[in-house]
Amino acid sequence: MDKLKLIIKREFLAKVKNKSFIVMTILSPLLMVGLVMLIIFLNDKNSSDIKTIAYVDESGQLATVFENSKSIHYVDLTALGLEEAKKKTETTYFGLIYIPKNDSIQYLSEGIEFFSADSPSITLLNSIESKLENKIRNLKIAQLQIDVEKIKATETNVDIVTENFSGEKSSKIGSLLRMAAGGGFGYLIFMFIIIYGTSVMRSVIEEKTSRIIEVIISSVKPFQLMLGKILGNALAGILQFVIWMISAGFLMFIITSIFGVEATSSSTAMGQMNPEMVQQMQQASTSDLQIALQEIKNMPILTMFFSFIIYFLGGYLIYSSIYAAIGAAVDSETDTQQFMMPVMLPLIIAIYVGFSIIENPHGPIAVGFSIFPLTSPIVMLMRIPFGVPWWQIAISMALLLVTFLGIVWFAAKIYRVGILMYGKKPSYKELYKWLKY
Amino acid sequence: MSNILTIENVCKTYGGFTALNNVSISVPSGSVFGLLGPNGAGKTSLIRIINQITLPDSGTIYLDNEKLQPHHVHQIGYLPEERGLYKSMKVGEQALYLAQLKGMSKQEAKKKLLYWFEKFEITDWWNKKIQELSKGMAQKVQFIVTVLHSPKLLIFDEPFSGFDPINANLIKDEILKLRDEGASIIFSTHRMESVEELCDYIALIHKSNKILDGKLSDVKQQFKTNQFEIGLLCDDKEMLLNEIKSKFEVDDNISATFNADLKVVVTLGKNETSTDLIKYLNNKAQITHFTEIIPSANDIFIKAVANNG
Repeated sequence: MDKLKLIIKREFLAKVKNKSFIVMTILSPLLMVGLVMLIIFLNDKNSSDIKTIAYVDESGQLATVFENSKSIHYVDLTALGLEEAKKKTETTYFGLIYIPKNDSIQYLSEGIEFFSADSPSITLLNSIESKLENKIRNLKIAQLQIDVEKIKATETNVDIVTENFSGEKSSKIGSLLRMAAGGGFGYLIFMFIIIYGTSVMRSVIEEKTSRIIEVIISSVKPFQLMLGKILGNALAGILQFVIWMISAGFLMFIITSIFGVEATSSSTAMGQMNPEMVQQMQQASTSDLQIALQEIKNMPILTMFFSFIIYFLGGYLIYSSIYAAIGAAVDSETDTQQFMMPVMLPLIIAIYVGFSIIENPHGPIAVGFSIFPLTSPIVMLMRIPFGVPWWQIAISMALLLVTFLGIVWFAAKIYRVGILMYGKKPSYKELYKWLKY
Repeated sequence: MSNILTIENVCKTYGGFTALNNVSISVPSGSVFGLLGPNGAGKTSLIRIINQITLPDSGTIYLDNEKLQPHHVHQIGYLPEERGLYKSMKVGEQALYLAQLKGMSKQEAKKKLLYWFEKFEITDWWNKKIQELSKGMAQKVQFIVTVLHSPKLLIFDEPFSGFDPINANLIKDEILKLRDEGASIIFSTHRMESVEELCDYIALIHKSNKILDGKLSDVKQQFKTNQFEIGLLCDDKEMLLNEIKSKFEVDDNISATFNADLKVVVTLGKNETSTDLIKYLNNKAQITHFTEIIPSANDIFIKAVANNG
């Protein structure tokens, strides 16, 4: 046990003292924050850019909808006539809305055109269209002599509240939250396996190429060395993630409190959306905030937390021992390609299956892959926030454990033989033979 | 005399390939034991089994009369042929780590390391990384790490490769000193002149089988061909040579006349003794020297391997 501790300590320190690790750990949060800042900045810049749009309203009925907003100003060029207005717009304005002369309100919506040098964004067009639609509808209502108040009185807003039989309420925003929580955990495991699995593999290859391996395994068992390596790298990885979380949170806090970016940018972003959406969102934000809080409370947090730990450990240990075996089998990193494919495949499938879970968290695909041990660490974690029967979790974890033992045994065998084989790239057939040595 | 290491009927196969076939070897305590054999004979397989890196398919090994057990790795020091160190780790840190893996405490390891570093005059390397050192320098560090925990049994596989003659000598002296201090040493090499210089005992492995072992002097006795080199002083060399040739078997290739004396190599038959030869020659001419030709380790190696082709 003492030796295992020594190995873990060395592997951890070797990883942590590595320059690229230090640079990555410090730089990543800065980069992340920088990226967020850049997006906010660009967004801000984009929306502070005021577009001027001209219009020619030959019908004379719709001009009232063109009211200046924060980002769009309107200019009335009806007096110039279409041809003149086009010429003027081409040189001075962003675009020109043309509404042809039409006596009948019935056909008012036909033949409206938008001229511009650069094609307008879909949001812009949608917003103009909905403004015109509203106006024309109001005109039609007036023409049919229907009382607008009565129409308004018929408007209803149905919000179906879903509830399961044990009385837990859920909502759309709830499933969004579940998705985010599950996806976040699943993706975290995926990234961790890839980054630190590869790191284990590199470390094995380094010991092989530097030829220190034989000295070490004359003092410790190959399995101890492999385990120490896997655990040491995991600790370094956990440290890195913790530093990232803390420093990113801290930086975000500092930046938002100094510049107050968040508040202004979100309001300008809203300004760009069409008013109905803003209204919807505001509605949502007041009532749904409570629902969201309720939802978070309702999520099986304890189950999520414990299963995260179990699946994280299981998934990482399974994959990193495969990575260690690959590292032991080859002589250099360039030779790893042929063995990497079968390792990456289940991981990538798991992430894709994760997307389909959003549609149907309890469908046969989701259930199947959340039980299959090579994908379960990612897929099951994505499913758990939606509520998974305990027997499925039990089967999945049992299979994970069995697979973990099997794979570690298998990897340790390959590792034990591989680390002492120099100078050739083995085939799968030879790897199979090694199992029997 | 007691044996530090006894290997009994060890077999090892890899897939269909037999690496060791029923090999039994005894290594006497306090000796330098040469483990010899052509490339691919099975030496490394045997050494790895002694180090418990791999397990034998069958057979038993005793270290100091105890059946080999995992804790015995602390009593063995092993310098493999394919050796290296962590490139980006500092020399001192690395040596401490390896010593602790051999069961030493940190303080003890540090004390002993300083002693050896001073002895080899490399104290200022402590904070250097291995990648900053030359190959020979790294080899010195490896040697120190191998012997640091004062093991009962030391196994050196080609210890002199990568050393210049001065450092090779330094290492050789250290090996002999370690033996004199009571350690037993297994020494595997292809350089026969160092076998001659260092080894008290040898074993020769060829094609997975042990074909020869014993005390080096006994093996030499066993391989000597009853040949004698004689220097003779006389007037008519030609006549004397012909006269000897008529009586004894003379090696044509080697017999040549240098300086004033006649130099002859005579191979004696089964019934002839060196006394007969001296008596005979004494009457013919003045004998300036008379030496039995003892085969070198190199000769023995080549002959034994050829015989077991």
